[in-house]
Amino acid sequence: MSENMTANPTPFFASRRGIIVAGAVIGLLAAVLQKLGNPPNMGLCMACFYRDIAGALGLHRAPPVQYIRPEIIGLVFGAVIAAFLNREFRPRTGSAPVVRFLLGMFAMIGALAFLGCPWRVVIRLAGGDLNAVVGLAGLVAGVALGVHFLRSGYSLGRAYKTYPAVGWIMPALMAGLLLLLVLRPVFNEKVGGPIFFSSKGPGAMHAPLLLSLGIGLVIGLLAQRTRFCTMGSFRDVILMRDYHLLTGVAALVVAALVANLILGQVKFGITGQPVAHSSHVWNFLGMVLSGLAFALAGGCPGRQLILAGEGDGDATVFVLGMFMGAGFAHNFMLAATPDKAGLVGGLSTAGMVAVVLGLVVCLTFGFALRERD
Amino acid sequence: MAKILDARGLSCPQPVILAVQAAGESEFPFEVLVDFVVARDNVRRVMESSGHEVQVIEEGDVFRLIVGGTITTP
Repeated sequence: MSENMTANPTPFFASRRGIIVAGAVIGLLAAVLQKLGNPPNMGLCMACFYRDIAGALGLHRAPPVQYIRPEIIGLVFGAVIAAFLNREFRPRTGSAPVVRFLLGMFAMIGALAFLGCPWRVVIRLAGGDLNAVVGLAGLVAGVALGVHFLRSGYSLGRAYKTYPAVGWIMPALMAGLLLLLVLRPVFNEKVGGPIFFSSKGPGAMHAPLLLSLGIGLVIGLLAQRTRFCTMGSFRDVILMRDYHLLTGVAALVVAALVANLILGQVKFGITGQPVAHSSHVWNFLGMVLSGLAFALAGGCPGRQLILAGEGDGDATVFVLGMFMGAGFAHNFMLAATPDKAGLVGGLSTAGMVAVVLGLVVCLTFGFALRERD
Repeated sequence: MAKILDARGLSCPQPVILAVQAAGESEFPFEVLVDFVVARDNVRRVMESSGHEVQVIEEGDVFRLIVGGTITTP
């Protein structure tokens, strides 16, 4: 067996400066994507974009939120390229995939109760949406719960090396989505399909395809190299006072805020914020659920997508679970309704039940999946 | 014989938690086995930031991280 000592100096992207640059670039590009046509305070949002893709595939039929978001495709391609260039494409799987699928589903249901993933929490913050402060508090509380379980021995078990073909599943799925996006096939002239695109609402707002794809690619490259993770940033601080990832997230907020101020995209306030609601309890609890699910699964939705691009079959299952969650969230009317003209939006009763059920399921996993007492 | 923590296949932050717990027991040096670059980098960063020297040995797909001292390799 070949044996060699690796040199100790930290490469740029693993350094403090690297994560700050990556966070700042992501924040800047999120603001630019909004300027180029993406929905307000949604230049980038993993949960929202998975939801739009689920809608475009007809997994839910909520007309305003259906579009195949090229940013997601670009992120995976960027991660694949970065992983290959650095010999980090390692197909692996086998660490409790079915649990990860359910965690993905409930993470999505929680995110759609708040209307955003952790990336959008900070991006909404940088757009002046103060409801995001409540969401952020919920996210941190959820991650803290997850950390408690991790400290008590919670584990999804080991993943094992697997066949290269398994690692290619997520990139192949993304290539398929890109084909659908470009070709826009119509199988049924009367009712449309197999793909559905919004004609109004957030799903109809999008930056030009190639720019979205290209920006997604850049973010995928950066996120793969730096291991950028929003959930991880809070987890690492709570768990071991490690501020590495958090500096990246802070850089994202600052850069997005500055860029939004320059582009005139900041509106401070609580009510009437774009694609957001001011029902505080459910903003909080939705993100508690999401934060807990991400912490138990080991990554925020952006990070899971990057891992899937590196060949991680378990992260792929998590992402597929999020698609399924998006389908349920809209078909069962669990997703929150945004504030509208003086009316406070929020959750339906079914949505509230789903968030509570999700918390019960995630807490059960937290208590039940332990390697030791 | 140094303690060996087998963190292969475990996703982050578990390898780091194992390392932090071992460091808390102050039985240096100890060895952490990981098979994932992220786990290698995270364990190294957290151990180094708490003042422990880390030596990394790459053996095929596995990284051996020796924390808080030197272990002569067989």
